[in-house]
Amino acid sequence: MAVSSAPGSNLPGTMTSAAWAVAGSLIAGAVLSIIIAAKAADAPMAAHAWLFAFAFLAGVMMLGQRHINATQGHAADDGTGYNDGVVKAGAIATLFWGVAGFLVGVVIAFQLAFPVLNFDTEFLNFGRLRPLHTSAVIFAFGGNALIATSFYVVQRTSRARLAGDVAPWFVFWGYQLFIVVAATGYLMGVTQSREYAEPEWYADIWLTIVWVVYLLVFLGTLAKRKEPHIYVANWFYLAFIVTIAMLHIGNNLAIPETLTSSKSYALFPGVQDALIQWWYGHNAVGFFLTAGFLGMMYYFIPKRAERPVYSYRLSIVHFWSLIFIYIWAGPHHLHFTALPDWAQTLGMTFSIMLWMPSWGGMINGLMTLSGAWDKLRTDPVIRMLVVSVAFYGMSTFEGPVMSVKAVNSLSHYTDWTIGHVHSGALGWVGFVSFGAVYCLIPWLWKRERLYSLALVSWHFWIATIGIVLYITSMWVSGILQGLMWRAYDAQGFLEYSFAETVEAMHPFYVIRALGGVLFLAGALIMVYNCWMTIKGRVRESEPLPAPAPAAAPAGAMPQPAE
Amino acid sequence: MSEKHKDEVTGVETTGHSWDGIRELNNPLPKWWIYTFYATIVWSFAYWVVMPAWPYLTGSGWTYTQGVIGYEQRNVVTNELAAVAEGRSGAMERIATMPLEEIANDPALMEVALGAGKAAFGDNCAPCHGSGAQGSKGFPNLNDDDWIWGGTLDDIHTTLAHGIRWDGDDETRNNVMMAYGRDGILNRTEINDVAEYVLSLSGRAGNQEAAARGAEVFASQCVACHGDGGTGNQELGAPNLTDAIWLYGGEKASIVETVSNGRSGVMPAWGGRLDEGTINALTLFVYSLGGGEK
Repeated sequence: MAVSSAPGSNLPGTMTSAAWAVAGSLIAGAVLSIIIAAKAADAPMAAHAWLFAFAFLAGVMMLGQRHINATQGHAADDGTGYNDGVVKAGAIATLFWGVAGFLVGVVIAFQLAFPVLNFDTEFLNFGRLRPLHTSAVIFAFGGNALIATSFYVVQRTSRARLAGDVAPWFVFWGYQLFIVVAATGYLMGVTQSREYAEPEWYADIWLTIVWVVYLLVFLGTLAKRKEPHIYVANWFYLAFIVTIAMLHIGNNLAIPETLTSSKSYALFPGVQDALIQWWYGHNAVGFFLTAGFLGMMYYFIPKRAERPVYSYRLSIVHFWSLIFIYIWAGPHHLHFTALPDWAQTLGMTFSIMLWMPSWGGMINGLMTLSGAWDKLRTDPVIRMLVVSVAFYGMSTFEGPVMSVKAVNSLSHYTDWTIGHVHSGALGWVGFVSFGAVYCLIPWLWKRERLYSLALVSWHFWIATIGIVLYITSMWVSGILQGLMWRAYDAQGFLEYSFAETVEAMHPFYVIRALGGVLFLAGALIMVYNCWMTIKGRVRESEPLPAPAPAAAPAGAMPQPAE
Repeated sequence: MSEKHKDEVTGVETTGHSWDGIRELNNPLPKWWIYTFYATIVWSFAYWVVMPAWPYLTGSGWTYTQGVIGYEQRNVVTNELAAVAEGRSGAMERIATMPLEEIANDPALMEVALGAGKAAFGDNCAPCHGSGAQGSKGFPNLNDDDWIWGGTLDDIHTTLAHGIRWDGDDETRNNVMMAYGRDGILNRTEINDVAEYVLSLSGRAGNQEAAARGAEVFASQCVACHGDGGTGNQELGAPNLTDAIWLYGGEKASIVETVSNGRSGVMPAWGGRLDEGTINALTLFVYSLGGGEK
């Protein structure tokens, strides 16, 4: 993928040689997809091959339309300045997938409380909707937030336009295609049964291609930078992109049944396979949900608070210690299994050592507010960002605690784990992304401020109450569940049957589902607020001026010399 | 870009760089942070000395540092299981081999048998019979004294070991409640009449005339299994129709449904799935629930 405009075409948006290469590849991909569709060994493969074919052809048409618009003199983008079109698309995709993912989460939470909501159909049962929820929130919501903010941040902090002409858009649309293939696959029962890596081999290959292009766009932009040093946010974004590529490929090594089948078999057997899965699974948390979002935090908190980052030295030390230690912590997901004792020990001790490196990010985030703590009162967006860091601190303390084998023997397989994940996912990932999007929407659409800061405040409080309901109910149910599972009578027989423990969870499942409803309601408020902001509306009854956004959006910077 | 710059609010120097207006203070690492970090590292090294930790390659293949206390997870489980077995001092073996009557008369053995039976019931039987053995439509309540296939220790044991209408077991309990309507043996009027007669057995007939006609149908089609007066026959697994306990519902519509389409509920044979000690324990547990027959 070429990262700069090809020579010979002066008109921005017209077909360059790189664009021709993309169009050619898309057409070849469409032909291949149609051949696979015709010979597909199973119905889901046929459906997905057709989906790929249509998507590739739609890509060719988008390129053509872009060329026609450019030759008629109304290109979407003059090819200079920052490339914000793709960031705008990413911000909207973040909102869309966020609501979709939270909604499915609420549905499955109610399914657990009221099994009748499975409706006796395989397409809507918990087993298929659960990966739909996790993938939608992690990869669709979180992934789009990361791609959009990384594209925004790397341009600003490098003072350079995004590398590539078609490439950033290829990353955006290619990633959406991956999400749709994964999601429809789950509903049709296509899965590798690997947690957070459920999509089958062909979706994995597609994501690999998209991800490598993402890496090239990011590196290409850094290479063009006009700043002498690479800003800390970009270290984290880069660590996220590189490590996710490695994890994704490592964990998805599989042999397809045939090249026209949607089924594959993992390359590694037994406990090795389990270890690789959790090496991946834990580092999806470490590098996707931690490193990536720390990159977001390192730009949006200082930018919004208009304060310098607390400590450059801390950012270096905690970055390298986090990167080095996180990658070894995965075995703590396999305590008290067939995994050898020594591997469990290492997983646990590296998790303990991970505590302070994780907290380095929290300290740098919180202390950046010194001198600007009053903004917590006046700016609900800052409040959201700061509370996200507080949740980050809480869940990165809880994680090492749960990795201790004595604690894990109680917490493993219980709802406590689910609560832990959600304090990180709703509190940290959710809130930092909401805060970033609340910053980005007025900056990108050149609005004076958000439509309503009062609505941000409502979103903040409703969602916070939702999170508290969620995690407290899961603490209680998880610990209750763990204690019931390990209760023996005087003769050494189990005190409770499994069905009785499930019955005991019911009230907590209802509370959890209500917490989810609140979180979803907050997100809907956000969508409305963002929508009104994009339309250019300002809620008149709020005279309060927005604090930050004035500081130099696009155009004000020296242009990269081509 | 790298000229020194001092932050006005805190008085701390920045590193001199600025990215999109963002600067970085040149604060040192927080002391408590770095010392806690060191402490976790020291603790980890200590833990590695004590517990199995690092793999390494020897001439004869891979091995790992065993740790000074000789911890091994497998041994922990083995020892715990051995301790439980010792605590029961062979009780499960005796429960597996002794006659049920004798176990029932030995309070020490019964304590183990009821514990084992309760645990096994929760995992294996509760999904159909309910966690309180209260039953539901099609699955008998085991707390009462109404037994379809008999409620003595031996009867319950046979039912548990061989199941009911279970394909995989030659000695399974078997009978047929025929589908008199679907198979065209009785017409609609006759089914209505016989249902009225069955209701009359528990004093609930709505239509005495129909019940009287139904008595003739009952005599020709039903007495063979359900007996004169419908009191049932445990040898054949034919329920008593004169009491207030109904497996598939006792209101008229349910009775018509039963007579029309028959019933053939299934219970798995647990003989091949659970060991003999567990089946005996389950027998004694179910027997103890309230309605065991002598």
